[in-house]
Amino acid sequence: MREAFGAIVARDLKLAFRRWSELANPLIFFVIVASLFPLALSPDETELRAIGVGVLWVSALLSSLLALDGLFRNDADDGSLEQLLLSPVPAGVTAVAKIFAHWLVTSVPLIALAPVVALAFRLPVGALPVLVGALLLATPTLSVLAAIGAALTLGVRHSGPIIGLLVLPLASPLLIFGARATDLAAYGEATAGPLYLLAALAALALSVGPLAVAAALRVGVE
Amino acid sequence: MTAAAPMSGPALAARDVAMWRGNHCLFESLDFSADAGSTVLVVGANGAGKTTLLRALAGLTVPTAGRIEWCGTDVRALPPERRGEIAYRGHAEGVKRDLTVRENLSFTRRISGGTADVAGVAEELGLGPKLDVRTRYLSAGQRRRVGLAALRLADARLWVLDEPMTHLDAAGRRLVAEWIGRHVGDGGVAVVATHQPDELARPGTLVVEL
Repeated sequence: MREAFGAIVARDLKLAFRRWSELANPLIFFVIVASLFPLALSPDETELRAIGVGVLWVSALLSSLLALDGLFRNDADDGSLEQLLLSPVPAGVTAVAKIFAHWLVTSVPLIALAPVVALAFRLPVGALPVLVGALLLATPTLSVLAAIGAALTLGVRHSGPIIGLLVLPLASPLLIFGARATDLAAYGEATAGPLYLLAALAALALSVGPLAVAAALRVGVE
Repeated sequence: MTAAAPMSGPALAARDVAMWRGNHCLFESLDFSADAGSTVLVVGANGAGKTTLLRALAGLTVPTAGRIEWCGTDVRALPPERRGEIAYRGHAEGVKRDLTVRENLSFTRRISGGTADVAGVAEELGLGPKLDVRTRYLSAGQRRRVGLAALRLADARLWVLDEPMTHLDAAGRRLVAEWIGRHVGDGGVAVVATHQPDELARPGTLVVEL
């Protein structure tokens, strides 16, 4: 199983780097959306700092949605999803491998970029480790939710907006706890509470999510 | 790779299978069985339900009624370690256009646990000089060959092929017919949807007309 898991992850990473524009689009979107707020509201430092955390998290969430449609769509269109589901690899393992690869190519660059954008919003340097930690805990859950949405809408043409409608309400706890943890860190307060909640959500999503994705994929290819 | 399942009846059996799409009946009361070492040709007009039947035989679609068994087990209930016994090639090749021929075939071999030599199979298909070319730069026929090469790499016992000759030239068609003959000769089962049954028919071939 480890061999198959590694093969799927390696293949998806290779494909992502060969279609680098798909990789770059969410990141560019993240930076552009975040930089629009100072233009629309105010470049004042105090105000930037006040809105920074919220802007960062909402921009990160929205940009993550951009790459969702391609999670299973390309595999479904070229027939390779059928081949994966008919292979001896359990569908749950396929789902986990694809979610992991998707997280590596969409979330990790975003997590790396987030502190730079945070500094532009005058967030204190001391809050950056918590921001990165909260994103590290929240994005796997987001990837699992996205995978469930993408698998459920496999048979729907132009499913991007529908996935957004499915995923965004479910992702709101991530936004609440992630932004709260970053905000508390910015004011030098204890952040354990919201971080634990993000960790609990991640544990729940990673344990149950792949089974739901596997079931949805089987229905989706019919 | 996978252990052969015990054989105490037909290898493949479709029992009273019906398939409806909405209010439209594609076929019903379909019964046939095939022993190890046999070929089943599925023929019928466009829209008769050949692809739907093949997808059901591969376990990708649930029949509206009836049951499809592979070695006595419902194809939808096969445990993961036995799923590799069935290989399906549909209209889509299952080939990644941004990967080279070698990368596509190596991936198939890795996930199916096959043992065949990638370069050897590619050579047999006339894809030797194209091994390191991305499949987006190949012709439709060459991509079809890459998709079919996966059959040799997967060590499956049941081949379910939906119009495998599409896009292939005369040499490619001969080769696929030869492969199917060899597979069946080795005790495998091949179910092939085709509009040219004469190319694959041989004594003992079962023809299912929809």
